[in-house]
Amino acid sequence: MSELVRSPGVGPASVEHPAIIPLRERFGDAVIRHEIVAGDEHVVFVDPAAILKILQWLKESPDQRYDFLSDVTAVDYGGGRPIQVVYQLFSMPHCRALRVKAELPLSQLEIDSVVPLWDTANWLEREVYDMFGISFRGHPDPRRILMPEDYGEGHPLRKDFPLRGRFSRAEQTRQALAGAPEDHLPVESGTGGEPRIVPWQEIHAAAQVPADESDD
Amino acid sequence: MSRRTLEYEVSRTPELGMDFRTRDGLLSPTELPEPELGSENMLINIGPQHPATHGVLRLVLELDGETVVRCVPHIGYLHSSFEKLGEYRDWNQIVTLTDRIDYLAPLIYNCAYVMAVEKMMGVEVTERCKVVRVICMELDRIFSHLLWLGTWAIDVGAFTPFLYAFQERERVYRLHDAYTGARITTSATRIGGMMADLPPGWTEGVREFVNTLPRTLDEIETLLSTNGIHLGRTLGVGVISGKDAINSGLSGPNLRASGVPYDLRKDRPYYDYESYDFEVPIGEHGDCYDRYLVRLEEMRQSCHLLHQALDRLPDGPINVDDPRVVLPSKTDCMDDMESMIHHFKLVMEGVKAPVGESYFPIEGSKGELGMYVVSDGGSKPVRWRIRPPSFVNLSVISKLVEGSLLADVIVVNASLDIVLGEIDR
Repeated sequence: MSELVRSPGVGPASVEHPAIIPLRERFGDAVIRHEIVAGDEHVVFVDPAAILKILQWLKESPDQRYDFLSDVTAVDYGGGRPIQVVYQLFSMPHCRALRVKAELPLSQLEIDSVVPLWDTANWLEREVYDMFGISFRGHPDPRRILMPEDYGEGHPLRKDFPLRGRFSRAEQTRQALAGAPEDHLPVESGTGGEPRIVPWQEIHAAAQVPADESDD
Repeated sequence: MSRRTLEYEVSRTPELGMDFRTRDGLLSPTELPEPELGSENMLINIGPQHPATHGVLRLVLELDGETVVRCVPHIGYLHSSFEKLGEYRDWNQIVTLTDRIDYLAPLIYNCAYVMAVEKMMGVEVTERCKVVRVICMELDRIFSHLLWLGTWAIDVGAFTPFLYAFQERERVYRLHDAYTGARITTSATRIGGMMADLPPGWTEGVREFVNTLPRTLDEIETLLSTNGIHLGRTLGVGVISGKDAINSGLSGPNLRASGVPYDLRKDRPYYDYESYDFEVPIGEHGDCYDRYLVRLEEMRQSCHLLHQALDRLPDGPINVDDPRVVLPSKTDCMDDMESMIHHFKLVMEGVKAPVGESYFPIEGSKGELGMYVVSDGGSKPVRWRIRPPSFVNLSVISKLVEGSLLADVIVVNASLDIVLGEIDR
């Protein structure tokens, strides 16, 4: 084997990350395991039930200060294995990175939203919901983001989702033609309140010039 | 919804037919007393087909008069599911997908992807390859910023800088073309190296471009930086504080314009960026004008970086000498049984990455561009995730425009420098 290619592999951590020992001391069993991947990237697996508490502590504790949430995503390994929710954290004051993962069994794809901690999480969690079907408890705007809101075929990045969709192209066209997109038109109206789906007829009516006002 | 009714006083004379002149001889609208002014807000839809949204972005705005009360962006019109497609492709085949994500800086995406895979596999590329990639990335940073500068100028109402910027961009297109054979879909990188070594004379072309670009930037700056209209439309518009910017995940020039000196080339250096001499421009007020200044200065710093990279470009092989990631030479395949087997395996099965994962963030032209790759030991990824800087940057637009005027929405949107190919992926 050439020396240029070496497999860093995945193994038990040999070098401790400054966040790991305090995390273990503070949260005990909620910190499940710690790995080092690709040479120097630290991954902590935590209990999904404690994710909000742990991330809040990581963000606010003066020794940690992970104030920048780079990314929220998920990994589906397929074969019925749990789906991992992945948080990429970065601490600007300490210039350190940490990856936090929570494994969710397929039977319970639900985890606390971290939007109260970082505004970044808003769209990123919507994307994870859209692509993997993981629902985020307490998310202020839990809609699909990339796929159409009336998309009925499921969550595309799941391994059980076929590359070309669940239905044939002909069936997809048939459904698109048979559906009434007006029923799903996502127009936010009203002042300040929660976004809601307004039926197209209502908007259409609002846009119409009333007969008695029309000039002729 | 209130409507203004116009009524013309029309006198009819049978001989001349319809006479639309008013009694004073001028056609002037008279305003009827408005019966009852409702105070209902108005919904306005911008996009998805609108020249000022820089792609298929749709913004639904709720207006109170001319003031934006709420802004709800809708994205996904350009969704191509690159991440799903990647799961059905070899590690090397994905490179062709990466330059379609951000077609304004394709080489940065090519590099970012292979850098993440190489980190996961533990492949250390050659010194020459590192410098060539730095040249590619800095060239495309300028390439992307030039497009931003041109369209930005159009959006604030100036046309000339657009022509100047696109003239310079054309030269980068030619450099792309000379090196990779394509103007946009470059696909220049491979795991373990580049698709080919630099063609003869290419570095001189880059140097000539870098030597002459600052003059054009000076001209554009003369037109914009102290222009009253430009200042009036951008100063104090779309302000975000550094603290909010970090909390919202802004990165790249947008974050630095708010005064946060976070540049991955300095803070998490890769490819010996720490050994280059360059400065990271930082804004002060976090408004549109500072974002403009930061990007303009970044282009100059990239020129500076390119000079240094061209000076230090070492000789030597561009690809790693490892037959498990890079194809052996044709003569070796003919002469050497082992090389032939490697060639066969690479072509038939593709590069095989060991079990592992890596998140590799680099400083893209739009911000922190992270590639997250997960392998289960096969020749295709389990997961290939792009941390899209424009996607996260765009998510703050609601916050930036709420309370400002409708016309500011266009300027704020332009100042964020989004590319919809990457937002929708």
